[in-house]
Amino acid sequence: MVPAAIPITLVVNGRQHALDVRPHHTLLEALRDQMGLTGTKECCSEGECGACTVLLDGRAVTSCLVLAVEAAGAEVVTIEGLAAGGRLDRLQQSFIDAGAVQCGFCIPGMIMAAKYLLMTNPHPSVDEIQNGLAGNLCRCGGYSRIIGAVASAARSER
Amino acid sequence: MRPFCYARPNDLSEALSLLVEHGPDARVLAGGTDVLVRLRLGHMKPRIVVDVKHIGELRADIVETEGCLRIGARAVMTDIIADHRIRRRFPALVEAAAVVGSVQIRNRATLAGNISNASPAADTAPVLLAYGATVNVIASSGPRLVPVHEFFIGPGRTVLGPGELVESIDLPIASYKTGAAFGRVTRRRGVDLATINVCCLVTESRRVRFAFGAVGPRPFVVEDDLSAVALAEGDIGALTGGSSRASQEAALDRLLAQSTPISDVRASRDYRVAMLSVMSRRALDAATDRLRLAGT
Repeated sequence: MVPAAIPITLVVNGRQHALDVRPHHTLLEALRDQMGLTGTKECCSEGECGACTVLLDGRAVTSCLVLAVEAAGAEVVTIEGLAAGGRLDRLQQSFIDAGAVQCGFCIPGMIMAAKYLLMTNPHPSVDEIQNGLAGNLCRCGGYSRIIGAVASAARSER
Repeated sequence: MRPFCYARPNDLSEALSLLVEHGPDARVLAGGTDVLVRLRLGHMKPRIVVDVKHIGELRADIVETEGCLRIGARAVMTDIIADHRIRRRFPALVEAAAVVGSVQIRNRATLAGNISNASPAADTAPVLLAYGATVNVIASSGPRLVPVHEFFIGPGRTVLGPGELVESIDLPIASYKTGAAFGRVTRRRGVDLATINVCCLVTESRRVRFAFGAVGPRPFVVEDDLSAVALAEGDIGALTGGSSRASQEAALDRLLAQSTPISDVRASRDYRVAMLSVMSRRALDAATDRLRLAGT
């Protein structure tokens, strides 16, 4: 028996979407494969690396650990939603300015985690930035500049 | 992931009848931070996943009731950490909840899910044991209360039967002064399971309670007259030094000897034994400091 797809609606980056999702598919799969939003990355698929971080109803979550069907009625923001008007978010700009992007694969997740951090704590200490990004791994080892970029974005907000 | 059916009941009776109907083929989904990993690895092969996040009777908040703080089954770690009543009265729970997974995990993971998952290394389990929490279990036959020290049976196993759910968790507000602290050893700062974890609670009546995780098949609690031994000759400060140190050490070692750690991927047995001693003493010191502050 193959369980039937379930129709859901959700708001992604400010736009209403109607999808049919398989019960065992994750939000990450729906974003990437059904909506074409490939900025959100799949890496460890077990919530360890943070590459798939998105905002779900205003909270950072690893979208590999959320079923697509659980997001029914929810509001999702992905990395694509940060520059929706064609203008980079200040976090994106400060990552570029700080040279915080090496291979780039972890960066969408890093920025979404940092976005949530600054939403909940606009002026974090270095320690608080490290804690806020503790669920995001960078295989290039670019942590120093990544943390610097978040601190710089927070300063530019003052 | 293997395909499965998904149900999202809006009330408790619907949820419980689904769980009874499907028995071992049903899995409960709350935050999903453990369940989705196990579904993907094939460690769980349910025919149906029952999402309990839309059940009206299961609360997502924390309420004060009958001398307790009652944490609803849908309350996530982030909200528990932020709650000012939890921060004031149960700081060790804040310490433990704040190191579960990562920010992303804590935004989804529930306390009820953490204990229902029954990992021997669950960070919140030693804290709930030390504080003497009660689990409010709901079933179609009616509710029942389970002291948390009776809740865990073994790795991944609890007293929850088919068709039973955690409805809420009660933390008793002590009528006397207490101090408690949590500590753990991990390999990585974020997103790591505890190699060992410990919670220590001391009371003004000079009892000491230790609860340990990841040093046995289930989290467990031990209590002794350690403080009576240590404090008989003086004030609370004697607990961490002075002439009673030797007897205190001996009493503490007797308590720690009740652990049965194993070697696994995270650490050897010997390392766990050594770190348990270190972390227990640190937790005792921190708990004693908090008791002293509570007394001023």
